[in-house]
Amino acid sequence: MNITVNGRPRTIPGPASLKLLIEQICRDRRHVIAEVNGNVVRTPQWETRILQNGDTIELVQFVGGG
Amino acid sequence: MILFSQIKDILSDRRRETTESLAREAQALTEQYFGRTISLYAPIYISNYCSSWCTYCGFHSHNRIQRFKLTAEEMRREMSFLAGEGIENALILTGESYNLTPPSYLKEAVGIAREFFPSVSLEVHPMTTAEYRDLFEEGVDGITVYQETYDRKRYAQVHLTGTKADYDFRYGTPERAAQGGVRSIAMGILLGLSEVAQDLTALYAHLRSMEKRFPGVEYSVSFPRLKPIKGKDFASCPVDDVTFLKIICLTRLLFPRVGINLSTREGMRLRDNCLGLGVTRMSAGSNTSVGGYTLRSPEEQDPQFDVEDRRRVAEIVEKLKARNFDPVLTDWRRIPNGVTLP
Amino acid sequence: MSIMQTIQSAQPALENDPLRIADRQFTSRFLLGTGKFKNKKDLSAAIAASRTQIVTVALRRIDLERHEENILEYIPKDVTLLVNTSGARNAQEAVRLARLGRESGCGNWVKVEVINDSKYLLPDNAQTVKATEILAAEGFVVLPYMYPELYTARALEKAGAAAVMPLGSLIGSRQGLRTREFINILINEIDVPIIVDAGLGAPSQATEAMELGAAAVLVNTAIANAAHPATLAKAFALAVEAGRLAYMSSPAAASDSANASSPLTGFLYEQ
Repeated sequence: MNITVNGRPRTIPGPASLKLLIEQICRDRRHVIAEVNGNVVRTPQWETRILQNGDTIELVQFVGGG
Repeated sequence: MILFSQIKDILSDRRRETTESLAREAQALTEQYFGRTISLYAPIYISNYCSSWCTYCGFHSHNRIQRFKLTAEEMRREMSFLAGEGIENALILTGESYNLTPPSYLKEAVGIAREFFPSVSLEVHPMTTAEYRDLFEEGVDGITVYQETYDRKRYAQVHLTGTKADYDFRYGTPERAAQGGVRSIAMGILLGLSEVAQDLTALYAHLRSMEKRFPGVEYSVSFPRLKPIKGKDFASCPVDDVTFLKIICLTRLLFPRVGINLSTREGMRLRDNCLGLGVTRMSAGSNTSVGGYTLRSPEEQDPQFDVEDRRRVAEIVEKLKARNFDPVLTDWRRIPNGVTLP
Repeated sequence: MSIMQTIQSAQPALENDPLRIADRQFTSRFLLGTGKFKNKKDLSAAIAASRTQIVTVALRRIDLERHEENILEYIPKDVTLLVNTSGARNAQEAVRLARLGRESGCGNWVKVEVINDSKYLLPDNAQTVKATEILAAEGFVVLPYMYPELYTARALEKAGAAAVMPLGSLIGSRQGLRTREFINILINEIDVPIIVDAGLGAPSQATEAMELGAAAVLVNTAIANAAHPATLAKAFALAVEAGRLAYMSSPAAASDSANASSPLTGFLYEQ
């Protein structure tokens, strides 16, 4: 299925949980914050959040900033 | 910025907020320029002979009081007592008699005083520049001379005879003292003699002209209030406590760096409350009679004015310290610098 | 009581003068921004050298092509993270970023920064007030970054800001306290801590802000770009302490605690 991750289209085998996606694409998963279609999905819910075709996913983390 | 032309309005403004805000500003400036130091000094009267007739003064020539002047030995006793009290800054006073307390007598007194005190000032009759220079070389640091009032008409009414009746000679005294090399000069008016705003303005103008012409001199001002002598009141324009305090604050605002002296004429309560609002020098443990410290019993004394604050030096020092003030007994010592005066 | 009695107060000391924001207390009044450091080691050393207790961090999309070191690895756990909403162009985006930040599990302290001007990078005060209202109502500890202006500061305080962060001069300009007079007004009029943020390029400028009565300062660019960031960070921290001590010794600070009802001249009317 086709999803958008951080603004880029990506094709993944479905069905897949958000947790699986993050484990596959993020090397450091601590303090990763995930948003699916504009809504925050808290870490404990990653496993049960099953991604759908066309979902837009944002993965953010802290960086240096003033 | 306060103008001389506003003095009258400020003094006649009876609102409490006006007085309070003057006090607030004066306090800040005083602390800015002087910190919390208060210099202490004491008067020592060595003669009450007087050839002037000043209607308000306990020493005047027509007053029937016992006249005498201290001998060298008597001076030593009085000065030794004062020095023992902790005083290091002595103000030597006489009546105004050029003939009976001539410069030679004053010179002797200064010489003796220098044995006891690091700093010696004189409040005596006006003299010439040459005489001031002579006394300066003998060790005089300061000269105190009050114009009393700058209102010539009133001046003539209260100074009936004698050298003090000469307004212009007296007016020129601070200048002659400065030319004589004197380091510190105290000027003032006698509050109660004449319309206060006018006198104060004239004093400020006199002080300003001195500051301009002799910038090296350290100036201070005093505001003695006419006091009853043995119960008899002489003030024709009495100055109340509120006005008195405003005068101190106004002086601080207009002359941030000028010292303000407060004598024991004023009561303990007013003196204590005026601290920090502008006053930088106080007399302490004062007696205003000749020989009053050690030589004559209170019943035998004829004071120049009645002392209100009768606390001893040590008590005042303690009180100042308790209030976070820093009592200063000597703020400088004369050190020979090898330069010979002409 | 006379003024002589009221002005005697305990000797001021930094130990007795913590910075209080919301329910926390800090011994350091120096906040460090973590942007633009050449490497994370410099950042880590700067945090240690300055003993800062509050640092700002920002949120960004993870770059999935390139491994980035996690900045949190370089920030000690006992340092409070202040999540900067930088990148937000309006109140709504700032709110979104703040909510995202809270999901990280790193607390609910947020520096609201709304900038919609790429030439001067000046904050949008109106949008900042809006975001502050929303976030404070949601329980965030909000420290809004703002252009020092009295009405905005009042609105921010009313909206529930835990502190107000006026800019000293343009971000990254190192021009110091160009807004001095206006920051002074905020210090006098606003009850929450005033933290000077942006534009401080030298420790002397930080001292100036602290002497004025600022509760704290935040510095980033000057330190991050220094040849020796940790050394300059320490210099800033010391400068902040010097300025605070100077402020504490001033009559302005004393009058904060003085009894306002003891006029200097009241004795004249007592009998």
